[in-house]
Amino acid sequence: MADLSVRFCGVKSPNPFWLASAPPTDKAYNVVRAYKAGWGGVVWKTLGEDGPPIVNVSGPRYGAIHSQDRRVFGFNNIELITDRPLEVNLREIKEVKRDWPDRALIVSLMVPCTEESWKAILKRVEETEADGIELNFGCPHGMSERGMGAAVGQVPEYVEMVTRWCKQHSRMPVIVKLTPNISDIRKPAEAAKRGGADAVSLINTINSVMGVDLDTLTPWPSTDGMATHGGYCGPAVKPIAMNMVSEIARNPETHGLPISAIGGIETWKDAAEFMTLGAGTVQVCTAAMTYGFKIVQEMITGLSDWMDAKGYASADDFVGAAVPKLTDWQHLNLDYAVKAKIDQDLCIQCGRCHIACEDTSHQAIMKEKDGQRHFEVMEEECVGCNLCAVVCPVDQCITMEPLQAGAIDKRTGLPVGGHRTWLEHPNNPMAQNPRGPAVLEPAE
Amino acid sequence: MSALPDIRSGRLTPEELAENFADLHHPLDRFEARVAAERCLFCYEAPCVTACPTSIDIPLFVRQIATGNPLGAARTILDSNIMGGMCARVCPTETLCEEACVREAAEGKPVEIGLLQRFATDSLFATGRQLFRRGAPTGRHVAVVGAGPAGLACAHRLAVLGHEVTVYEARDKAGGLNEYGIAAYKATGGFAAAEVDYILGVGGITVETGKRLGRDFTLAELTDRFDAVFLGLGLGGVNALGLGDDLAGVEDAVATIAELRQTDNLATLPIGRRVVVIGGGMTAIDIASQAKRLGAEEVTIVYRRGPEQMNASDYEQMVAQTDGVLIRHWLRPARLMATDGRLAGIAFDYVEERDGRLVGTGESLEIACDQLFRAIGQTFLAGDLGAGLIAMEGGRIKVDAERRTSLGAVWAGGDCVAGGEDLTVAAVEDGKQAAISIDRALKAGMARVA
Repeated sequence: MADLSVRFCGVKSPNPFWLASAPPTDKAYNVVRAYKAGWGGVVWKTLGEDGPPIVNVSGPRYGAIHSQDRRVFGFNNIELITDRPLEVNLREIKEVKRDWPDRALIVSLMVPCTEESWKAILKRVEETEADGIELNFGCPHGMSERGMGAAVGQVPEYVEMVTRWCKQHSRMPVIVKLTPNISDIRKPAEAAKRGGADAVSLINTINSVMGVDLDTLTPWPSTDGMATHGGYCGPAVKPIAMNMVSEIARNPETHGLPISAIGGIETWKDAAEFMTLGAGTVQVCTAAMTYGFKIVQEMITGLSDWMDAKGYASADDFVGAAVPKLTDWQHLNLDYAVKAKIDQDLCIQCGRCHIACEDTSHQAIMKEKDGQRHFEVMEEECVGCNLCAVVCPVDQCITMEPLQAGAIDKRTGLPVGGHRTWLEHPNNPMAQNPRGPAVLEPAE
Repeated sequence: MSALPDIRSGRLTPEELAENFADLHHPLDRFEARVAAERCLFCYEAPCVTACPTSIDIPLFVRQIATGNPLGAARTILDSNIMGGMCARVCPTETLCEEACVREAAEGKPVEIGLLQRFATDSLFATGRQLFRRGAPTGRHVAVVGAGPAGLACAHRLAVLGHEVTVYEARDKAGGLNEYGIAAYKATGGFAAAEVDYILGVGGITVETGKRLGRDFTLAELTDRFDAVFLGLGLGGVNALGLGDDLAGVEDAVATIAELRQTDNLATLPIGRRVVVIGGGMTAIDIASQAKRLGAEEVTIVYRRGPEQMNASDYEQMVAQTDGVLIRHWLRPARLMATDGRLAGIAFDYVEERDGRLVGTGESLEIACDQLFRAIGQTFLAGDLGAGLIAMEGGRIKVDAERRTSLGAVWAGGDCVAGGEDLTVAAVEDGKQAAISIDRALKAGMARVA
């Protein structure tokens, strides 16, 4: 049996599955239920500074993008940080940590951008004996209008400054939660590292408007006839989150900085993918809000079985393992070629590959042969783009088959199997040491 | 063998009858329809469209349902098939669009095209909105004989194209087999009549009921008076067993099915305790299932060939079998057995096929029954047309691809033409194609005049 336990910037957790700071971690009742269900850790829903609690809207706080059969693809919220008194939260945190010492308990924080505010709350959190803190620099709605959340996360200098305060005024590990609503995720990550962060977590939610009611012409979710943007999450954001996580993982400035990945994680596979891209733990919210806490059982067993099948004894064996295989476009091999191949036994004759290729790509799939409906790739036209395989409704019916080294690509007339990137390619006017034949314009 | 034939009405309570003759298919609700529609792959040159005799753009209408536009879906359907509502109920989709659906090939579970078509058309009819408008009048007047699917489809398209149409119908009601021939549980709630009303709602169409070709008027009179004529006649004749069919207890399935459709009170219809149906087509299935649903205890369909040769689709056979009907094969009726001048049973010879011919095996079987329904095919009564006026083929009217007959200015379609499929949907296509051809011919003629 694989060992699922992890140590994440000093914090021990029986498995890498944490609940993200969000409604499911707002109070002891939910958190205890989560621990009972098997979650390795939680990030307690963001605490604000002492004083009158936050007020949430009592209109809808959530919206979703559904499939026709009502599966939740994308989810958004306009809920703010905790609306319970600070003292109540702190008391519950202390009790829960006392009762569940083997589980990770991180406290998410967001207070005004002054050193005094941070200093004051850090002291009180430390007294709970929580394992660490997560700085909420990501909340994209409401709080950001008050100079907190994403308003901090979008300015690397602020990220660095607040992180530094927290490291100065606390012994606790500091995880900096990053907002994706920024053009280059590497900059705030670098800033967090400069400030002394023990780890980063990402992504927070993405600014979003979920839809417009076409009867009332009101965007939704709306409150009393008015709507505001919310934070987008759920399965739809996973590719965006994976890119951002891996950008930080492969950036020399931040390489090795522990990452807690967040964004559309619903299954053990999602978790494993993020971990191979450098995440030490994963945080889940939408999936739990959709299905309840029990999903962690699927995640634990799935990850464990996969690790056993692959011979991984612990997470260290695969965390970050896919990072070296991610590079910039200019380093991709331009002498490599694949051709789509349609398995005629699996083909159900829907013709989607043909029309997609014909209308929108390279006219490389025939629609009939000997007068019969028949879909087959014409290698002399196929650029190996994968569109046909993407639109094919049958799993494994269309596969992309690599041409063998030395074979001639019927489309270009050039041999494949060499290795030239754009940097060495004769078609690149800036190439330092161009090699081999240029690719010419098609005859037509 | 029982001595007393037992044929009577009221075998079941009104509640049981109501349940037995309720809609065969539970219609999809909005959510079910969208989930079902989502399964459509939006195929390129979709095989389902090719399989539809009226070439409805199925992927388009299904996608319109999936995106919450059922009225747009209905327009797509009715543009190709003005009887899309009835066809959604009676089409053997399992041998047409749904058989061709690539998801049938992929996973043995096609997109539920028939139910989706019904959802779209029902949604439209529920709004009462008329999608079609009569075209600007051309001054041309076309006669249509027969207000069945072929005739009404033809009349509707002609009206949309601006021609004035008079439809002559021998029966009291328009609708043809949709009104008189479909099993009651396939077209509940007066749907056939409502659909006729919708079709006539386009305007420019006059229906004269109780007017029969060959009795009340002749074809020559029509060709004299009108610019064009469309013949959409039904099959007036019923094949006989040739075993003394006038014996009490021997009935004609087609007439009984019509009675079932037209009655206000199913409890008044007499049905035998033990019923035998002779035949292998949809009519045999429909009368057998309905006999069972009226309360017959034992219903047996007897067909002289094997299951593969039956005209009734596998699905139709399954419906009958689920109703408790027994289907027997390779038995040829040999003689009727009578007691006191009434049917008491029927004797069959076992047969087998040798060199394409049915040959008796020497064995026989007697089945006791109180009532026997003949469902062994219908014939076209060509005599009504007037002798020798129109070229025939195999006892039906010969037409070309545009449904033109050999007689100038006369078109034909539906069950009365040769080479047809005896399906509502095929009749609708005949009527539509004939209307397009008539329109082309009339407009060409007008151009010459101008």
